[in-house]
Order: sequence, then C-alpha cells, then structure tokens
Amino acid sequence: MPNSTKKIEISNLTVKYGQVAAIKGISFDIYKNEIIGIIGPAQSGKSTLLKVINRTIEFVPGVAVGGTVKIDGEDTQKVKSVHELRRKIGMVFPLPVGLPLSIYDNVAFAPRMAGTRNKAQLDELVERCLRQAALWDEVKDRLDSLGTKLSGGQQQRLTIARALSHEPEILCLDEFSIAVDPVTTMRIEDVLKELRFQVTIILVTNLVQQARRLANRTAFLFNGDLIEIDRTDVIFSENPTDKRTYDYVNGIFG
Amino acid sequence: MANQRRLGNLSEPIIEGLIRLCGISAILFVIGIFFFVFREGSGFLFSKLNLKEFLTSIEWYPDSPSNKRYGVLALMAGTASVTVLAMMIAVPFGLGAAIFISEFCSRRARETFKIVIELLAAIPSVVWGFIGLTVMNPIIIDLFKAPIGLNVLNGGIILALMSVPIIVSIGEDALKAVPDSYREASLALGATRWQMIYRVLLPAAKNGLLAAALLGVGRGIGETIAVLMATGHAVQIPHSILDPVRTLTATIAAELGETPVRSDHYQVLFIIGILLFSITFVVNLVADLVVKGIRGK
Repeated sequence: MPNSTKKIEISNLTVKYGQVAAIKGISFDIYKNEIIGIIGPAQSGKSTLLKVINRTIEFVPGVAVGGTVKIDGEDTQKVKSVHELRRKIGMVFPLPVGLPLSIYDNVAFAPRMAGTRNKAQLDELVERCLRQAALWDEVKDRLDSLGTKLSGGQQQRLTIARALSHEPEILCLDEFSIAVDPVTTMRIEDVLKELRFQVTIILVTNLVQQARRLANRTAFLFNGDLIEIDRTDVIFSENPTDKRTYDYVNGIFG
Repeated sequence: MANQRRLGNLSEPIIEGLIRLCGISAILFVIGIFFFVFREGSGFLFSKLNLKEFLTSIEWYPDSPSNKRYGVLALMAGTASVTVLAMMIAVPFGLGAAIFISEFCSRRARETFKIVIELLAAIPSVVWGFIGLTVMNPIIIDLFKAPIGLNVLNGGIILALMSVPIIVSIGEDALKAVPDSYREASLALGATRWQMIYRVLLPAAKNGLLAAALLGVGRGIGETIAVLMATGHAVQIPHSILDPVRTLTATIAAELGETPVRSDHYQVLFIIGILLFSITFVVNLVADLVVKGIRGK
C-alpha cells in the first residue's frame, strides 16, 4: 500500500489558454508510490495537468498558470534547474514519439543529457529499461535501427522505456494505451503494477476500467474542475460522493 | 444533368493532360538549353580545342592576334575560390540564423525577420555588385591595406550575403517541418534547449538543411553580375583572398557580347557554358546521392 508521504501537492491550480480556462482552481495531493488514476471526458484538463507538473506547459504560447505545484515540498516554479525537475519526471504521451534516433539512442537519450558517458553503464540501463517496457525481446537484435521504424505499439513501449531511462521518481502516463493493442496494454499494466513500488505513477486515462484495474486512488476531472478524488473502490462503487462521478464511470454521460 | 456529367468526365483527362504537359515541358526546356549550348560550342570542341590545355592551362588569351590561347584553369580557380569563401561565411551564418529564427524567436520577431530576409533575397544581383564596387571596395582597401578592394574577399562576402537568405528560408522551413512532438518529448526528458537542437532537431532536419546549403552553393557557382563587378576581373590563380580573380560566369558575361558569332572565341565561351553545366550537374548529383545516403541509413 502507498505510504502517506506527500509526493506532489497541488493547490489552487489554475491554467488559462488565452481567455479559455483549462483548469479552474483544483487542489489535491499525490502520495509517494501510489498509482493515481485521473479520469474525465475530453477537455477536462487532464493532459494540461501533466504538462503543469513537468513544466512543459511553458512552451504553449499565451498560457497563464496560477496556484502552486510542489514536488517533495519544493515549489516547481522556484526550482533552480527546470531540467533537473524534468529529469525527475518520466512522461509518456498519447501517441508514441520515437525520436529520429536509433532504438538504443532513444533510450540512452536522457541519461546522456544528464551526463552519463560510461558505455557499460548505458548498455546495462538500456537493456533494463527495454525489459521493463516489455520490448527487449523484440528489439535486442536491432538496437541500431531507427526507433521511428518500429510499429506503433512497439514505439509506445519504446517511449515508456525512454521515460524510465532517467530513473524518474514520478511517471506520468497520458492515455498511453491509445496506440497499443490490448495484449500489449495488459503487459504494460503489469509492468506498472511492478513499478509502483519504486515510483509514483500518474495515470491519465480515457479507459475508466484501466483506472479501476490499476489505480489506488482515482480523481475525476470535469471541465477543469476536480469533481471528486477518493479511493478507487469508492469512485467505482454504487455511491461515490458526487452523482456525476457515478454517471461518468458508468457511461451515462461523457 | 447528363451534360454536366459529361463535362465532369471530360475535365478529368484534360487536367491530367495539362499537368503532364507541364512536367514534360520542364524536362524539354532543360534538354533544349543543353542542346543549344552544346551545338554552339560543339564545332570547336571536337575539332580544334585541345581539351588538356583548356582544363590545365592558366593562359586565357582569346584575343591575341598571333597566338590565341584558351586555358580556363585560372577561371575555374576564380569560381572555386569565391564560392568556397562565400560558403564558409554563408553556411554557418545561414544555418545559425535559421536555428535562431525557428527556435529562439518570439512569434512577432520571427515574422519581422522573415520579411526582412525575403526582402534581402529580392535585391537584384546588379545592386549587390554595385555595393561590392562602391561600398566594400574602399572598406577592404582601408582595412587590409590592399592595393585594390575588388578581389576574392569582396566577391565572397557579396556572394555570401546573397546566399544567406536562401539558406535561411529553406533551412527554417526544414526545421519547422520537424514535428513539435519531438521538441516536447526531448524537453520532457530533461534536455536543455541547446541539447534538444543539437541532438534531435538537427539530425531530424538534416536533409533539408543539406539541401539549403547546397542551393547556396548552386547560387554561388551560377551567380554572374555581382561577382563580375566585385572580384576585380583579373585572370589569375589567387594566392590570397586579397587577390583579384575572374570567374567562369563573369568571363562569359563580359566577353560574349564582344565576339563575332561562330568565331573560335565565341565557341569557346559556349564550351565554358558546357563546363558550368557539368559542374552544377555534378553538384546536384552529389547532393542527391548524399541525401539518399542519409535517408537509406
């Protein structure tokens, strides 16, 4: 079971794209080594939330962020090096982004950026990450070929391997299973269940059942508001606090 | 109704035919130009010209009454020296500017820069030559204590200024074509902006960037009037960048009007044209092979 140390504290977070409010003042904590599921229909601010956490939101023109996000008690807006911050966080996007590099270099990218040069160390790390992402057996004989030439599902697992490569403390997954077949999805879910003992996992998903299978707690976002956050079994029970939560997870709207 | 449909059925093959015609005509024009240039020069090329002397002698005396000599080595050296110098300046500056505009500028600054650069590309080459003649010339004399400011350096700088806009706009297009998801992914992995550019953007855009540089080279080899005005027009192999030279193109431009049609001299100038054709062909071919090589990897 997750312990009760707060890993991420989000308070009064607001995000505006120009005039459009994407997140309208939400507050909640994420505990160390839990899997937190974030569900909600499109446009509810789920992906925006992840971008705020690793501060890639800054590259969106005309964005305004209010409130604070603290990681390990430290305000992300006030950290000394934003690159250090981002290295603490692994990010997996909805569609696989194989960088135009070899499979090996894709996984070794972040460690090299952080200054690791030792070949043996990199070899070991690449193999471990690819194994964790359930991809090693399929690519071990062609690590030099381009990552972009893999199939969609393989590329997504490559992305996951890459997100693990800098040994993040937090792993954010943004609808990772969109481009992955059901069998591979299950394998990755098994991997996540293993990983939760080492990292804190934020799982944004459109598949409410995925949150139900994996998450310790689940947050329901709707239109930029946090409707409800609770233990997953409560969210998916017959009587969550908010009627809209019940309606959403049971497919009555959304 | 039936009429309309018949028209619709007819328009398809007509449009297809027109497009085909455009494509074929482009090829026909190139072949036509080559054929014409070759015909004008071929008589002399196959009868009297000593090809070895033509390519290896530096003696270019087409007007000598007693002993006409046609050696273009010095002219080739002139073209090569000016082009190489121009590219040494223009490629780093052009690619640097392309990276700056595409990655570091705010949107408004970017639009301003692009307008300015397009304006720069629209300046006619004779104006560039004029700048070389009247602005650069005294500056170079002053700065380097050179006897004359019309030389390789002057021509190279003018040519660089002319190629930079091409390199920048094509290079910038190539960088813009790299999907944003690459940028996002590498930054999310903790790369700094420069690491992202160096490790991800440049490899991803290398085909386009190479094409940009090679188009600049093409421009350099083919440019005539500006280098004619800026390089000093002396037939010799340069020993320093302060020596005046003459290029292949400038020779054609300067002398063609003065020669009687179908005279030996006239035909030799067309042979120089063939030579230029071959050089550009080789450059393009190499570029193509290099790009294919990169893609195949």
